[in-house]
Amino acid sequence: MRTEMRNEQFQPPSLLGNLLRKLHIDIPLFIGLLLICATSFVILYSAGGQELPLLIRHATRMGFAILLMIVLAHINPRRFQTFSVALFSVCVLLLLAVAVMGQISMGAQRWLDLGFFRFQPSEFTKISAPMMVAWYLSERALPPKPKHVLGAATLLIVPVLLIAKQPDLGTSLLVASSGAAVLFFAGLSWWFMLGIVALLASLTPVLWHFMRDYQRNRVLTFMNPEADPMGAGYHIIQSKIAIGSGGINGKGWLGSSQAELDFLPESSTDFIFAVFAEEFGLFGCVGLLVLYLLVISRCFYIAVQAQDTYSRLLAGSLAFTFFVYVFVNIGMVIGVLPVVGVPLPLVSYGGTSMVTLMAGFGILMSIHTHRKLLPV
Amino acid sequence: MDRKFAIKDPLAESRLFLSRIVAAFILILFLIAGLVVRLVYLQVVGHEHYATLSKDNRIKISPLPPTRGVIYDRKGRMLAENVPTYSLELIPEQIENIDDTLLRLQKLLDISEEKIDLFQKQRKRNKSFTSTPLLQNLSDEDVAKFAVVRPYFPGVDVYARLVRHYPYGDLASHVVGYVGRINEKEMQTLPLAKYRGTNHIGKTGIEKTYEEHLLGTAGYEEIETNAQARAVNTVATVEPVSGSNIYLTLDIDLQKIAYDALSEYNGAAVAIEIKTGGVLVFASRPGFDPNPFVSGITGKEYKALQDSPDQPLYNRALRGQYPPGSTVKPFLALAGLEYGVTEFNHRLFCPGYYKLPNVDHKYRDWKKGGHGMVDMNDAITQSCDVYFYDLALALGIDKMHAFMDKFSFGRKTGIDLVGEVDGLMPSKDWKKHYRSQAWFPGETLITGIGQGYTQATPLQLAHATATLASYGKVITPHLVHSIISADYADMIGGKADALIPLKTQNVENIIKGMTNVVHGSRGTAGRLAKAITYQIAGKTGTAQVFTIKQEEKYNEDAIDFKMRDHALFIAFAPVHDPQIAVAIIAEHGGHGGSVAAPIAGEIIDAYLNQKKDAQP
Repeated sequence: MRTEMRNEQFQPPSLLGNLLRKLHIDIPLFIGLLLICATSFVILYSAGGQELPLLIRHATRMGFAILLMIVLAHINPRRFQTFSVALFSVCVLLLLAVAVMGQISMGAQRWLDLGFFRFQPSEFTKISAPMMVAWYLSERALPPKPKHVLGAATLLIVPVLLIAKQPDLGTSLLVASSGAAVLFFAGLSWWFMLGIVALLASLTPVLWHFMRDYQRNRVLTFMNPEADPMGAGYHIIQSKIAIGSGGINGKGWLGSSQAELDFLPESSTDFIFAVFAEEFGLFGCVGLLVLYLLVISRCFYIAVQAQDTYSRLLAGSLAFTFFVYVFVNIGMVIGVLPVVGVPLPLVSYGGTSMVTLMAGFGILMSIHTHRKLLPV
Repeated sequence: MDRKFAIKDPLAESRLFLSRIVAAFILILFLIAGLVVRLVYLQVVGHEHYATLSKDNRIKISPLPPTRGVIYDRKGRMLAENVPTYSLELIPEQIENIDDTLLRLQKLLDISEEKIDLFQKQRKRNKSFTSTPLLQNLSDEDVAKFAVVRPYFPGVDVYARLVRHYPYGDLASHVVGYVGRINEKEMQTLPLAKYRGTNHIGKTGIEKTYEEHLLGTAGYEEIETNAQARAVNTVATVEPVSGSNIYLTLDIDLQKIAYDALSEYNGAAVAIEIKTGGVLVFASRPGFDPNPFVSGITGKEYKALQDSPDQPLYNRALRGQYPPGSTVKPFLALAGLEYGVTEFNHRLFCPGYYKLPNVDHKYRDWKKGGHGMVDMNDAITQSCDVYFYDLALALGIDKMHAFMDKFSFGRKTGIDLVGEVDGLMPSKDWKKHYRSQAWFPGETLITGIGQGYTQATPLQLAHATATLASYGKVITPHLVHSIISADYADMIGGKADALIPLKTQNVENIIKGMTNVVHGSRGTAGRLAKAITYQIAGKTGTAQVFTIKQEEKYNEDAIDFKMRDHALFIAFAPVHDPQIAVAIIAEHGGHGGSVAAPIAGEIIDAYLNQKKDAQP
């Protein structure tokens, strides 16, 4: 009781603050997210050819995503824990359904068409996979024993393979990393991690030996997209020109000549960071990175403050996966990582990833705003 | 305590978690610092370089289309080649107002609205800096006309390009096929990466069937250009790899002989080299000139071809389904011998008609008074219908179907050409399934003389003849002899794909009957024997017309003239060392012996003389 009273003393008695608290919204995190979203509108207006309808569609999706975040923030994290297994099972079944339907239609398929709306089960898995692993490990004593690590890995491998087969390597990697993050935060031994890395490194030449020529070529193109300058490499070359020409101060808003002249493909989706870098320069880029870092920091803070193992692991994983998103996208756009289709979180045009990300933040807010404040 | 039931220690766990969060945060800081370092490298260190590229100079990647593989006949004569022609092309990126430019060009040169449409569609597919053709095959006069005004048309230029050309025109149009502009539907399904810089794709014939081999691999050039978009420096070049050259088994000399010999008749001639399955002649008359298709045929021209009652676009050799008539008799006779329902010496009196027990209907022979007493040899030689009515009844439709099926009647031969059709060899099951009716005995009789439901393509007839001539060795017919690229040469065909178990004595007897068709005193193709020093085995056929099925409209006025029967002839030679098998169909030619057989004779003669000349 004393704590609560003290809390009240510290909260400014503002109407907005009260409203936000009732909405189960974590204010620092919410402000950070809104700043990123605002950046998204600014840059999308320029990258998308200054088209208002595009912005309106973007805003509609964002509104829906934020609404979903608030709804999820209201749900007690205990519920998430209880439903982890069911959610995960549904996801795997849906992924299987997509795979089977893809088989039937003889083509790549990611969408599940339910008549009234279509969605990608793989997106959904980005959240349900870490929930599942967090549930699995939170029931056990930590740090996890090897057999539990193996158990968690087995749980993960099914959806990861199903998504990789669609084929959607980007999403598959994100799902894998979200699960791996849970294991890491659960205290997976450093030696174990070192062992895995060493094992993978030693297996590579063996695998290489057994691959056929065309498979090797594919891997090489994947590692070095500039070997295919008419395809993936074209993006990288043009993207580097855009970023580099931005310089320290940038060309100013709406000043991106590369995007305007259609040199830069995918300028409003996966490669939007290149337009941002061209227009706002190094200062803008560092600013955006700092903004992302602040959001991640707040998420980590929420994870540390969480009061049970499940919440902790899930919060840590969601925060880390958000970073992986940022890193993989920017790394790809500035030409240090291979090109995989990962959008810049909350900035790129496109609805599905935004909805999943906001759902994740909703869970984080739920974890934070449902804490029981015990007397000291 | 048992480790299995380790107790959770919340305090230790949360301490562990905190340390991991700290570790993760350090990792994140480290990685973000990495990103910043890279950004500094690009935006500070490399700024000047990239700014120059962005502002004054731009790196452009322009595709270098591969040279399409050449198609040769078996003696190395070019059937499809690439010739340089002038083409008027636009680079959309360099043109301020495309619509205005197109209008001005239209005033200058003769450019149809269709060409403009095609250009607009293609432009959308290409990158804005890709040169897109508007007009091809420019005459020298047009080139000169444009050269005068060129300064007023920035972004428009005349280029010398390699364009597909078919020197033999209509002669081999159905075999070689043609390439045409990639259309919208194809754009959606094609692997566009492979077709960068390429505007054409194989549409029919060998051009389509072997598209993958003929295409080659695109290369590219990285070019630095100045503000006026003129290339100033080539940074890197990856040379394109030409498509594979293809040698056909077709002999264009023989093809011409067959095509000319068909002369006024619509029809088809197919000749197969028996030992290899290589197709020597694949003629369908009338043909069409494939060259206008390359640069884009106009709607009017195309409609004229489509609406022509002679249907020149129709590949009769591959897709024409005709009642085979009496040409099926040697095969059915062999079926009778193999199934043991009759003997070669079996005799029968032919009164000129045949009646089923208890039925009044008379099934007539083509010879009004009948053939009198005939055995199987006579029945083949004189093409006695009554003998085969009787044989068909003894065999029954299902045995006939089963036997003919082995010779590819009623199913595709598997030739390496797109669009082959099945033909039809009826059976009880087929009728039940497709017509929902029971099979009638009378239908068995007319199937026995190759009428009724039975339909076969000229290719099927030639293939079946070759199979018979080689005593049941089935070799899938093929048109491509070899595929030759810089890295490899791939030879095709020549091996037996299946062997029909046949008694040698039976085949010899049938061949004897077929030999008598040409060389016997009463043979239906007797006139062939006069000028040759070797022996031909053959069989004539006359098919009652129900005209070939097609979607095209039919010209009512022409029907009377077109009620004449189709003339057919199948043959192989020489009898004792079979080299070549031939099938001829002359639509509305009347009798097989008088019209179709001489055409076959010319082809066989030319082929065997060639072989003789080639030997030292």
